[in-house]
Amino acid sequence: MGRTLAEKVWDDHVVRRAEGEPDLLFIDLHLLHEVTSPQAFDGLRKAGRGVRRTDLTIATEDHNTPTLDIDKPIADPVSRTQLETLRKNCAEFGVRLHPLGDVEQGVVHVVGPQLGLTQPGTTVVCGDSHTSTHGAFGALAFGIGTSQVEHVLATQTLPMAPFKTMAITVEGELPEGVTAKDLILAIIAKIGTGGGQGYVIEYRGSAIEKLSMEARMTICNMSIEAGARAGMIAPDRTTFDYLQGRDHAPRDGDWDAAVAYWQTLRTDDDAVFDAEVVIDAATLSPFVTWGTNPGQGAPLSANVPDPASYEDPSERFAAEKALEYMGLTAGQPLREISVDTVFVGSCTNGRIEDLRSAAAILEGRSVAEGVRMLIVPGSVRVSLEAVAEGLDKVFTAAGAEWRHAGCSMCLGMNPDQLAPGERSASTSNRNFEGRQGKGGRTHLVSPQVAAATAVLGHLASPADLSDVDVATPAGV
Amino acid sequence: MEAFTTHTGRAVPLRRSNVDTDQIIPAHWLKKVTRDGFEDGLFEAWRKDPEFVLNQEAHKGATVLVAGPDFGTGSSREHAVWALQNYGFKAVISSRFADIFRGNSLKNGLLTVVLPQETVDRLQKLVESDPTAEVTVDLVAREVRAEGVTAGFELDENARWRLLEGLDDISLTLREESAIAAYEANRPSFKPRTIEV
Repeated sequence: MGRTLAEKVWDDHVVRRAEGEPDLLFIDLHLLHEVTSPQAFDGLRKAGRGVRRTDLTIATEDHNTPTLDIDKPIADPVSRTQLETLRKNCAEFGVRLHPLGDVEQGVVHVVGPQLGLTQPGTTVVCGDSHTSTHGAFGALAFGIGTSQVEHVLATQTLPMAPFKTMAITVEGELPEGVTAKDLILAIIAKIGTGGGQGYVIEYRGSAIEKLSMEARMTICNMSIEAGARAGMIAPDRTTFDYLQGRDHAPRDGDWDAAVAYWQTLRTDDDAVFDAEVVIDAATLSPFVTWGTNPGQGAPLSANVPDPASYEDPSERFAAEKALEYMGLTAGQPLREISVDTVFVGSCTNGRIEDLRSAAAILEGRSVAEGVRMLIVPGSVRVSLEAVAEGLDKVFTAAGAEWRHAGCSMCLGMNPDQLAPGERSASTSNRNFEGRQGKGGRTHLVSPQVAAATAVLGHLASPADLSDVDVATPAGV
Repeated sequence: MEAFTTHTGRAVPLRRSNVDTDQIIPAHWLKKVTRDGFEDGLFEAWRKDPEFVLNQEAHKGATVLVAGPDFGTGSSREHAVWALQNYGFKAVISSRFADIFRGNSLKNGLLTVVLPQETVDRLQKLVESDPTAEVTVDLVAREVRAEGVTAGFELDENARWRLLEGLDDISLTLREESAIAAYEANRPSFKPRTIEV
């Protein structure tokens, strides 16, 4: 019987297989950041162990880093200690580090792909659940805990329990104004936050094949919000074109050998998935969340649902709690929800295409009065590219704040947070209670919806802008 | 890791689904660089409410958490497991756990037990009506026992053995040195490297 893409990559990394034991898998790339690594390095030190493969390991600083005044000492002493701990650990163990201020610094899941380190058919791990992002290249990429970080540092392997396979097939054309973010939010709402549990999801079908690498990363990034172990997309010409010429992409003869291998990384026609979901791209529209988990979402044109409409008592209770926390009432049109903050950034939507699409909407328009809009590039490289294209000027002219790269308001570990009761439209990945700051309320949206929302002050799509703004330049 | 064989203690019912790791331990706690001292961060936002179940006098000192479905979703932070353990929990029972959380818990000796939702409901009702009721989580017999409830649970044999013996994963893997070295010797040259060594 044929094998799926995930099974092929897995099989190519088995170091040891024994009956009744998890497979021991070799890890091709280990990404580190300051939050989930200190206790792992500490464990190595206590056991007198080193890092087995410093040449397969790379670190950056992202979760705690400020997005303003980065040349000044970090104000929060606890954040400062955590960053200093990473610097000390990387120096002691010989790990390559891109600290705050470095041109390759940024959100770990933006940095790996742009350096060309994330490649098809590799195994990628990081002490961060959004490691699933790298699956967009046909890599098998898992988020791991700190104990596993220590394990990989010491052995470059991980014992991994077997997984199930799920195909999510999206056929057809995404309608105008519907993005990868809308698609993945709709998928999560359909299968639920536990729907992918135990599975590696492979996204396939004509709508997926048409997506750019960056859009594919947005999709795979949020596989974890559907509960999946990982998400993957088979590598193709789009993938190879993205990689060719990047710093760490293979060169010369290695490039040809790599491409020959990468072309084998497709699910065989006779392979069988454990579960299959089919979605018609044409039925989708801009999608936003109304609740406090990423599965509580609806089309922007819908109303806040009535908890009484849920048959499952635990879902009903969750919806009641969510409406209470979010300060919403059943039946309220989602378009009428006003926000005071808009955040564009994160490993989900902090890449150059995301910034371009938000800028295209903001060009010639202004952020609504009383709305704070933060633009946080996913990495310094993304930031430099945006500046070279003049996007920063578009954002600041519209009244948005142009910030330094990092995770920022996605999780509010740095000073970029919502105040209690504040409401955001955010291009990030989690709308959990307090995620963006204690008492803060989050609506997950695409960069386009974020930009239109910033202009109008309430949840909106670019289509809503046509009759309210006469200054719209051609082509927007 | 401390070995887990069997544990008997009082239990706390947490009647919420989709308890994500941001609720278990909020992000600002993740700046610590140790594995201890997280107990005050556990369910920090909810504990501000005096009515929250962990604040109820009757449930003080409980060591088993009986949670709703999809417990531990979200971030990969192992701090969530450390916070539960630092607070005093030895086991968590739910009908479904998020994968990364479950992996993290088993690596730290916090036993996560999957039981059918109806059994979880019965346990929650039992400890709600009688907070002094004890719940036994027996890994040797793979069984949860409480008044009126005896329920077997599944855990793969390898994970169970590691827990029962309190084995350190890294030292077990290091026994495979020759297999790892053999694999490394055969990796294709086109695979990426972060630095030249």
